[in-house]
Amino acid sequence: MTTPDLAAIRQEAVDALGSAPTGAELRAAASAALGKRSPLAEAHRQLGSLDPDARKEAGRRLAEVRAELEALAERRGQELAAAERAAELDADRLDLTEVIPDAVPDRMGRGHHHPVSVTRRALEDTFVAMGFVVAEGPEIETDWYNFGALNMPPAHPARGMWDTFYLDLGEPESTVLRTHTSPVQIHLMEQALATGSLPIHAVMPGRCYRRDTPDARHLAVFHQIEGLVVDRSVTFADLAGTIETFTTAYFGSDIHARLRPAYFPFTEPSAEFEITCTLCRGAGCRTCSQTGWIELGGCGMVDPAVFDAVGIDSEEWQGFAFGFGIDRCVQMRHQIADMRLLTENDIRFARQF
Amino acid sequence: MRVPLSWLCDFAPFGGAPADLARTLDELGLVVEALEAVGEGLEDVVIARVEAIAPIDGADKIRKVTVDRGGEAVEVVCGAWNFEVGDLVPLAPVGTVLPGGFEIGRRKMRGVWSEGMLCSGSELGLSDDAAGLLVLTDVEGAGTGAPVSEALGIERDVIFDLAVEANRPDAWCIAGVARDLAARLGLPFAIPEPAAPVRVGEPVGGAVTVEVESPDLCPVFTVRLITGVEVAPSSKLVARRLTLAGMRPINNVVDASNYVMLELGQPTHPYDRSKVAGSGFVVREAVPGESLTTLDGAVRELGRPGPGLGDAGRDCLICDASGSPLGIGGVMGGASSEIDEGTTEILFEAAYFDPMAVARTSKRLNLRSEASARFERGCDPQGIDRAVARFVEVLAETAGPDLAVADGTVEVRGQVPEPVRLTVRTDRVNRVLGTELDAGEVADLLAPLGITATPDASGVPGDLAVVIPTFRPDIRPAPHGEADVIEEVGRTYGYGRLPRTQPAWASPGGLNDHQRDRRTVADVMVGLGATEAWTPSIVDADGHTDAGFGPGGITVANPLASDERVLRRSMLPGLLRAVARNTDRREGEVRLFEIGTVFPQPPGGSGPVDEREMVAAVFALEADDARTATSAWRVLETALRLEGMKLRPPADAEGERPRGVVGLHPTRLASLVTAGGTVVGTVGEIDPAVLERFGLVGEGTASAERRRIGWLEADLGLLLDPAVVARRSDQARPVSRFPSSDIDLAFVTDDAVPADAVADVLVTAAGALLESVELFDVYRGPSLPPASRSLAFRLRLCAHDHTLTDGEIGDVRAACITAVSEQLGASLR
Repeated sequence: MTTPDLAAIRQEAVDALGSAPTGAELRAAASAALGKRSPLAEAHRQLGSLDPDARKEAGRRLAEVRAELEALAERRGQELAAAERAAELDADRLDLTEVIPDAVPDRMGRGHHHPVSVTRRALEDTFVAMGFVVAEGPEIETDWYNFGALNMPPAHPARGMWDTFYLDLGEPESTVLRTHTSPVQIHLMEQALATGSLPIHAVMPGRCYRRDTPDARHLAVFHQIEGLVVDRSVTFADLAGTIETFTTAYFGSDIHARLRPAYFPFTEPSAEFEITCTLCRGAGCRTCSQTGWIELGGCGMVDPAVFDAVGIDSEEWQGFAFGFGIDRCVQMRHQIADMRLLTENDIRFARQF
Repeated sequence: MRVPLSWLCDFAPFGGAPADLARTLDELGLVVEALEAVGEGLEDVVIARVEAIAPIDGADKIRKVTVDRGGEAVEVVCGAWNFEVGDLVPLAPVGTVLPGGFEIGRRKMRGVWSEGMLCSGSELGLSDDAAGLLVLTDVEGAGTGAPVSEALGIERDVIFDLAVEANRPDAWCIAGVARDLAARLGLPFAIPEPAAPVRVGEPVGGAVTVEVESPDLCPVFTVRLITGVEVAPSSKLVARRLTLAGMRPINNVVDASNYVMLELGQPTHPYDRSKVAGSGFVVREAVPGESLTTLDGAVRELGRPGPGLGDAGRDCLICDASGSPLGIGGVMGGASSEIDEGTTEILFEAAYFDPMAVARTSKRLNLRSEASARFERGCDPQGIDRAVARFVEVLAETAGPDLAVADGTVEVRGQVPEPVRLTVRTDRVNRVLGTELDAGEVADLLAPLGITATPDASGVPGDLAVVIPTFRPDIRPAPHGEADVIEEVGRTYGYGRLPRTQPAWASPGGLNDHQRDRRTVADVMVGLGATEAWTPSIVDADGHTDAGFGPGGITVANPLASDERVLRRSMLPGLLRAVARNTDRREGEVRLFEIGTVFPQPPGGSGPVDEREMVAAVFALEADDARTATSAWRVLETALRLEGMKLRPPADAEGERPRGVVGLHPTRLASLVTAGGTVVGTVGEIDPAVLERFGLVGEGTASAERRRIGWLEADLGLLLDPAVVARRSDQARPVSRFPSSDIDLAFVTDDAVPADAVADVLVTAAGALLESVELFDVYRGPSLPPASRSLAFRLRLCAHDHTLTDGEIGDVRAACITAVSEQLGASLR
């Protein structure tokens, strides 16, 4: 019996597999080279007739060749698949500049703004009508803008009022996802000081982040709007009047605001502001715990320490600030029991707005 | 904090309706979260003795109980099992209305009439225990037929559940609340002086030692030796008040310490002297790694630095004279020196700990106690002696006739906050509050808060020299403290009484151009049938991987969920998931868009983050594809009056695909390029492989008919910046009154030549007469060479001053054909 010429068998198979032009032909070549009737299989069957030493050596070589051929078939298969995908995508080619507008089928119908956008817009418009400009700032902030400049130096206990997401950027705990829109106040005051453009009358809407497990009334990612007025002689009375004007303008003429003392590190005096319950219009209901009032936000006179931090002379300038949740307004207005609905992007929910 | 009205009345003569007091507390910033009436509805509940207990046929949960309510036997059906014959239990006879409004009626259960109800503590509103009856057998003076309220010393009371702001440690006790309330109501307020101890013992001399090694952590440490103590239950008043305030009575010693803390705000700690080795204390910093078992049974490892608050791991330990730790200063005691029934001698600690040190230790150990909460906000260093005297007074009521307080205090008193002195200007008060107060009125508003204000030595009219008591650590020294005092003036005056004015200023309000344009973008999208989505900003990495993004992205150091910690680099994964979710709900026929921030990773992983505001849209109606997206782009372009924008194949950057192309179908996309060559966005179709990974193949059928989803994305920071993308001039162009003429030209063009390149050539070639050029047909077919198509354009020509002649039209036609043929190698079809 002749010893099969393994080198020749291998070479023939390598050629066949390596050049198979299609998946089908590759499968045929693989079957011919590695299948039951292949020369390789035949050679394997003949091993039995060899003496033990030669059998061992020949068997090892056979296995090597088989492994090599299998790897080759696998690789070639991947190449062919990639080529097929490329060809398929190529056949699918579309020159977007040859799109004929009239030929694009469409379905008549309008989409829907997100309720948070609708409310944000309405809030902005109310404040714009009251003489405010709209300002924005980044969502990633340094510790200084989010805390330090707002009268919360490092290790200030009031930092515990906000559960903060820290980022893996720079020194540990040096960069945060802003926990409130108040850092925009600092940016605004710095800009105004640099450009000599004080006074400031601005509202600042935007997305904020707090490391709080979301529930029906809180989201870890949420939206706030806050206002800042820095002028020569604005007073707490002006703050109270501004909040009342906004409240009646936005919520309706029968909805009023009241202030009660509170604590925020960046305002002094500080207050929480409550508005007439929009559900029962002040009569008392479950939502307002029968009080006729619901809490909306916080406000106060800009703390002189904040002015010091940015370099504004607190003897010459006075300021007030206020802020509240946009999502909370959405929840109130549409009576949405679970705030998490706002982030689900369910079209059946969105269609209502 | 739960504040019983009866306790408040120890300090000032409060009257009127509780609801009115609650409103006043609210106005002071001591927010009443709940107003509770206790002891109501208990008038008719009496004590009864259990005479017999009998099973009821066919019932295994309830039994028939016969009780004696003072000479009268009553049979009731009862489902509780925690009593025996002879026990005294509360009986609510038929007709009683229990707290909460439940009226007891005559009921028949399993054929047995029940003539009332035996009650649990929870049913009577006296405790949270609903597991069994409130067994009164051991209550002193309890007798059958007597009202339960009498036996338990229950009086009608009102509880104000207050939320006190973090900066008001002074108001976190009964006396402090009373001070604020009395100030506002104009009532006289006084903290009664504690009576001197009946028996003064031997001078303490060297019997007790105190050594403070870390005076910065513990500036004041005082110890009194109290002997002859009989550990017993507290008086009814003390037990009742503690219960109402939400603390469980334990024994007279522990209760007196808690009572003083609730009343005056000063936490203290009693030690059993026999358990304190060497009868003395060493106050020191914990050694790194040192551990201690606290009263709650947990082993606490100490002395290691922690995150935040500048925590260097310096924990204050109270140790016995041998240096073995007894407790964590200001936070919690250890189990080893607890008061028990056999205690006869007490070492009584009253101290002042550094607020920040307590805050750090308590935060790191996640161990918050009533004491730590008070110390970290700042206790009154001047209030220690009064608290000790009050403790002795309260303890003396029940601690037996031999109680004696050793003469003298063993103490170390170091640096503590002094009363703050500052100048408050009356005109500044008015300038901030908008009031018209005079100096005398300001002083009068501050005085009842314990803040003295007298004319300033400077002699400036209206300037007041103000002294802040040490129980108000929230009021800062000069210069910022003036604002704090102004808040106190406003608070006592009443925020509701302050004037309200509407400020006016000359500068108009408004949106800037970017904000207006952003609204236009949203309006266009909505007009095109797209619905605005809000997809997550903090995402898991899988979505980005599935969309074809490589590893990377800014990560959150302390995510809420460990797999959601990356800031999104694109809105594509979020929007595709939103489509997939709607598809799951059989509402997959959607167009969605989002305007929001994406966070590219800064080069090198650090440095400032270049946040980008993007608009992105997916078009996933049934017939939608890249063409829909392109068409949408055209509308957006028109609405924003953009000029010079081109669709171009994305340039392949070396080694990395350009931004906006990841996830897109490689042969059905184009970059949005400005005339200056800046790429501001991408339009196209989602890569089918990506759609597959997001489960968006076919329409809910196994046939997996290929689904196409169009995609549009633009960087608004670039798109809306007129310096980057030119805007069409506002100047109106006149329209001609002469008739126009059309020429239709079809060119066989190589596929590699974009259609708008042909249009561009036509525009130039047609010259001034051209009014518009529009592609109106694309044809591919066997009659054309491979890899080419016929593009048919309609050119509309018009002159402003005359009707065009055939010659003029012919010239334009010829020029166009020549130009396209020469410049693009395309032939007229």
